[in-house]
Amino acid sequence: MFRNVVELVDLAISQNKKISDIMIEQEMEVTGRSKEEIIAQMEKNLTVMEQAVEKGLKGVTSHSGLTGGDAVLLQQYIEKGEFLSGETILDAVSKAVATNEVNAAMGTICATPTAGSAGVVPGTLFAVKNKLNPTREQMIAFLFTAGAFGYVVANNAFISGAAGGCQAEVGSAAGMAAAAIVEMAGGNPEQCAEAMAITLKNMLGLVCDPVAGLVEVPCVKRNAMGAANAMVAADMALAGIKSRIPCDEVIEAMFKIGQSMPTAHKETAQGGLAATPTGQKLAAKIFGIPLK
Amino acid sequence: MSQPRVMREEGKIIMKYKSVFDIIGPVMIGPSSSHTAGAARIGRVARSLFGREPKWAKISFYGSFAKTYKGHGTDVAIIGGLLDFDTYDERIIKSLEIAKEKGIHIEFIAETAVTDHPNTARIRIGDDQGELELVGISIGGGKIEIIELNGFELRLSGHHPAILVVHNDRFGAIAAVSNILAKHQLNIGHMEVSRKEKGRLALMTIEVDQNIDRHIIEEIEKLPNIIQVTKIVE
Repeated sequence: MFRNVVELVDLAISQNKKISDIMIEQEMEVTGRSKEEIIAQMEKNLTVMEQAVEKGLKGVTSHSGLTGGDAVLLQQYIEKGEFLSGETILDAVSKAVATNEVNAAMGTICATPTAGSAGVVPGTLFAVKNKLNPTREQMIAFLFTAGAFGYVVANNAFISGAAGGCQAEVGSAAGMAAAAIVEMAGGNPEQCAEAMAITLKNMLGLVCDPVAGLVEVPCVKRNAMGAANAMVAADMALAGIKSRIPCDEVIEAMFKIGQSMPTAHKETAQGGLAATPTGQKLAAKIFGIPLK
Repeated sequence: MSQPRVMREEGKIIMKYKSVFDIIGPVMIGPSSSHTAGAARIGRVARSLFGREPKWAKISFYGSFAKTYKGHGTDVAIIGGLLDFDTYDERIIKSLEIAKEKGIHIEFIAETAVTDHPNTARIRIGDDQGELELVGISIGGGKIEIIELNGFELRLSGHHPAILVVHNDRFGAIAAVSNILAKHQLNIGHMEVSRKEKGRLALMTIEVDQNIDRHIIEEIEKLPNIIQVTKIVE
């Protein structure tokens, strides 16, 4: 059993295994289910993610009309070939956006770790897939690695915006994705932890301030940038760059920041972007109530 | 979308998320794991405990549920649950229309009273034969807790698989249920019994360490004095 990132990485190194293997073994131990059953369930989740990305890339619009169609715009832009950053990173962003647009439109998604942050892990996975050509098994392993880091965050801090702000939600998702990208690209367990640490460090303090309290604005674009953050941090870790602050301490810092964050910035739609004049106007329009 | 879930007792951290599928999952209809998936699960527990499709439903929303239920589809999700749809069932989106076609009368009430938890729903459902009242809270990531059932107070953590057993308040009923769990090597982590009146109906709330298979629930249902068994946490 691992309780933190140090124990997770130590287990993987001492047994010469991948993070994903350690997660699968722990799941077998905790639930008493067979490896085949556990892998089959994860494959179902992978299929749901794949379908959500496909659906979002065709274009969807949410009930409120606040979000939708941006994944399509970005794909069209990539096809023109005149982008500045890079194809894989923009593909990850568009697929993260696609998933969250489907979520906002009441489509079927797999929470990773929550519905509001469901875009980052599949967005990066299906973008990196085109670059690395993984097997189906390696794609399933990606989700177990992401899950292992998410498990540590959930049990030592929090993973929901209401509890710890967006840093806990999209921040965790981005860290999970970064670690999983590193493993799929052939990085070692320590590099996975470095990527998670580098990502989460750059999400610290991010508030949860959804307009009208809906999982739309700015959630969809936070997933976009969470995916971008994860991709860059994974490359940095693979380049051999290390976080000066160890991953577990970054998670602890995130927890303490979340605890001291005012409730106005924890999913109550009372602060941040939700409290801007435009945010207030949109909320009043959506709920059909006059402005105060 | 919940209270802080971390529990620290004397510096010791309790692992509350046990499975990787608490993190990579659930598969659900968007947009919110707490306001949509959690609401559907609360509705489905009510349906499961009622045992049949209700003819009417009165749903009271409190806190964040009351403020944002329309935007999050909390209303369609909870009715979807009452129609026995799972969190990922796409029929949830059309649940209000489906309920209308079935002739189920539905009423939503946005309450202003302050509850302990921001995401609280009180469900009253019924038909010609009976009624049921339940209070559920959605604690984050799609996980729920039931805190009240037909006037019985419950304290289900929601962190473990659990079953609710409605039974006649007679000697031996509790022992018979725990014997079956022991026979299948299921360890009880937390158990409580509540009753409103001596000798009448009582409710056993049992949390176990492992998931409980359907056949074990059927075995418990066949015991004397056991009226109904419902699994409430996947």
